[in-house]
Amino acid sequence: MYSKGLRPLAAASVVSLAAALALVFFYAPNDADQGFIQKIFYLHVPLAIVSLCGFIAGGVMAIGYLRSRDGSWDMRSYVAIHLSLVLAVGVLVTGAIWAKGSWGHWWVWDEPTLVSFLIVFLLYCCYQPLRFSIEDPERQARYAAVFAIVAGAFVPLNFAAVRLAQAFSHPRVLTTTGGNMPGEMRLAFYVSLAAMALLFVTLWKLELASKHAKLELKRLRRRLEADLEAEGAAPAVAAPGPSTAAVPAQPMGG
Amino acid sequence: MPALPLDEAGKYVAAAYIVFVTLVVLYVAIMAAKVSRIEREVESLHDLLDERRR
Repeated sequence: MYSKGLRPLAAASVVSLAAALALVFFYAPNDADQGFIQKIFYLHVPLAIVSLCGFIAGGVMAIGYLRSRDGSWDMRSYVAIHLSLVLAVGVLVTGAIWAKGSWGHWWVWDEPTLVSFLIVFLLYCCYQPLRFSIEDPERQARYAAVFAIVAGAFVPLNFAAVRLAQAFSHPRVLTTTGGNMPGEMRLAFYVSLAAMALLFVTLWKLELASKHAKLELKRLRRRLEADLEAEGAAPAVAAPGPSTAAVPAQPMGG
Repeated sequence: MPALPLDEAGKYVAAAYIVFVTLVVLYVAIMAAKVSRIEREVESLHDLLDERRR
């Protein structure tokens, strides 16, 4: 179900990432102010945008779960947040690398954009411990959905608050007037953004497909074991590797 | 601060892109490990079915 269209999506991701890299390094000119180090922004900013959108999407999918009580929405929400968290690590590290090169410091605590992103990151770091501290799958999914919705609503609010803040030392890539970039840079940036979004969707679908297959396997194994038990044969079916049946905290209740 | 010279900035740019590639590769490797575990489970289910038929 989830693996449908994964191959063309993966191919599109690879092609767009390669195109983005080519545009960034061979087409877009060096920034007049920052020089070559500005190339980090073609990676850092799309990562940040896609990661924040992923958090919001996780909240929207959680609404889908609360409305329908369909476990697949919970699984979608979980995977979107999980993947966004991985990308957020990339945002923090690439941002710190840029800050070291440009400002001479790995981190600046009085910069609202950095601190607000860190707050969002730390907020979502609580998602998994919260989720996996609840054993009952139904309650787990419900609490996780509520968290995802509240935190998802916090993301745009946080973003707007930072934009309204007066102290701007963090460079603005996108503004309401269309951006601070000339045409070549803007093209490279938008291609990078599209490539990052495609990569996100591909990895999201890949993880969903893997989780779905695992759940289906678990169901099949249970059915088979029940059939064998009914026939009077001692099954003694042990899954190779770590047991999946013994893990109560799998996303998606049923 | 003035713009860094190319040889200096290049290190930072390379580091940032390497971090990104490492993250993606790690993620894909973890997913591949999960898929191979699922494949092993499928095989064990096949064995179980064969056993049952006999």
